[in-house]
Amino acid sequence: MIIQKPAVAGTLESSDALVSIEPGDGKIELTLTSSVMNQYGRQIRETVLETLDRLSVTDAKVSVVDKGALDCTLKARVECAVFRSCDASEKDIPWGGVIR
Amino acid sequence: MIPRPKPERFRLRRTMMFMNAQKPGLIKDAYIYGCDSIMLDLEDAVAENQKDAARFSLYHALKTIDYGDTEVIVRINGLDTPHWQEDIRVCVAGGADGIRIAKCESAQDVKTVDAAVTEAEKEFGVEVGRTLLMAALESPKGIMNAYEICAASDRMFGVAISGGDFRKCMQTKPQPDGVDMLVARGQMLIAARAAGVQCFDTVFTNLDDMAGYEAELRQNKAMGFDGKSLINPKQIRLVHELFAPTEKEILQAEKIVRAYREQSAAGVGVFTVDGKMIDIAFIPGAERTLKLARACGLWEGDLV
Repeated sequence: MIIQKPAVAGTLESSDALVSIEPGDGKIELTLTSSVMNQYGRQIRETVLETLDRLSVTDAKVSVVDKGALDCTLKARVECAVFRSCDASEKDIPWGGVIR
Repeated sequence: MIPRPKPERFRLRRTMMFMNAQKPGLIKDAYIYGCDSIMLDLEDAVAENQKDAARFSLYHALKTIDYGDTEVIVRINGLDTPHWQEDIRVCVAGGADGIRIAKCESAQDVKTVDAAVTEAEKEFGVEVGRTLLMAALESPKGIMNAYEICAASDRMFGVAISGGDFRKCMQTKPQPDGVDMLVARGQMLIAARAAGVQCFDTVFTNLDDMAGYEAELRQNKAMGFDGKSLINPKQIRLVHELFAPTEKEILQAEKIVRAYREQSAAGVGVFTVDGKMIDIAFIPGAERTLKLARACGLWEGDLV
């Protein structure tokens, strides 16, 4: 998916994450801050990058502010931000396809 | 990916707790509270501009979290909104046990949802007929059409009244004796029983008024409700306590069923147990008491 405009998904509440995405400079640029950085930083980064890869996003600036979100929440927030940036988040989502 | 067993149309549903599908902190451990069903909400609890985010969150929760024996129902947005079709797609794709139709007013509303669910089941390779439905009656029109709604689909397992909207339509407020909703509750119960589906009461919203809550639960039980909609885990225990049969009721039911079997084998139709007249009309009630007692973990017999 081609990131078309800046988009945000999620919140800063506990167990959630706030994901912001905008068009990039030819590559993925990920900025991550987390309340559990020392314990889970690497895993969070992997989950975010994997999710972007699954959605074929190769060019984006992504910022994740994590507040202890589970993997399933991180995925949901990244996916929602990407679909929002393409104005495609409201219907005909490929559940079970690239969303899995 | 957590595969969920095929939902049972009729099972124990004493407590059905609402949870905002958009809040990860809530839905990740909703099953620990021990309610019979959780109701993940895509409707009123989710702000209009977060409906899309709530669906992504719901999908992954359904696919990732092991809810165990807790039934997972999703409340979808009303048929007068642009959201309900995608809501149905995500529920079916995620494998929710059932869907609650908000603001249901006619049999046609149920049929419309039923058709969309069937379409989604085919789209996502889910067994057709797997996904159950229940309807929330929130308006005088919904109450007037209760029987047709209850009988509109083989997927229907139950019907619930939604007090907030209903009272608003009726220009009344909650009354301590429940007179504000007495007729509506009664009519819905009759409709549900006539159609052979379950019936659930509305939420009690004043969390600090436990005495009022208990009074409402006692009335619910006396009227014959199967269960109650809840907004907070602290409301669960009292329902399970009050809706469970008492020890005396269980013993009595056991005695009646045994006596009936002996007497009818001997060719006797009407007889007395502890001074009370018993005939075949008492048997379904006694058997239901025993089944409920077993489901509540209070009885281990093999009479039923």
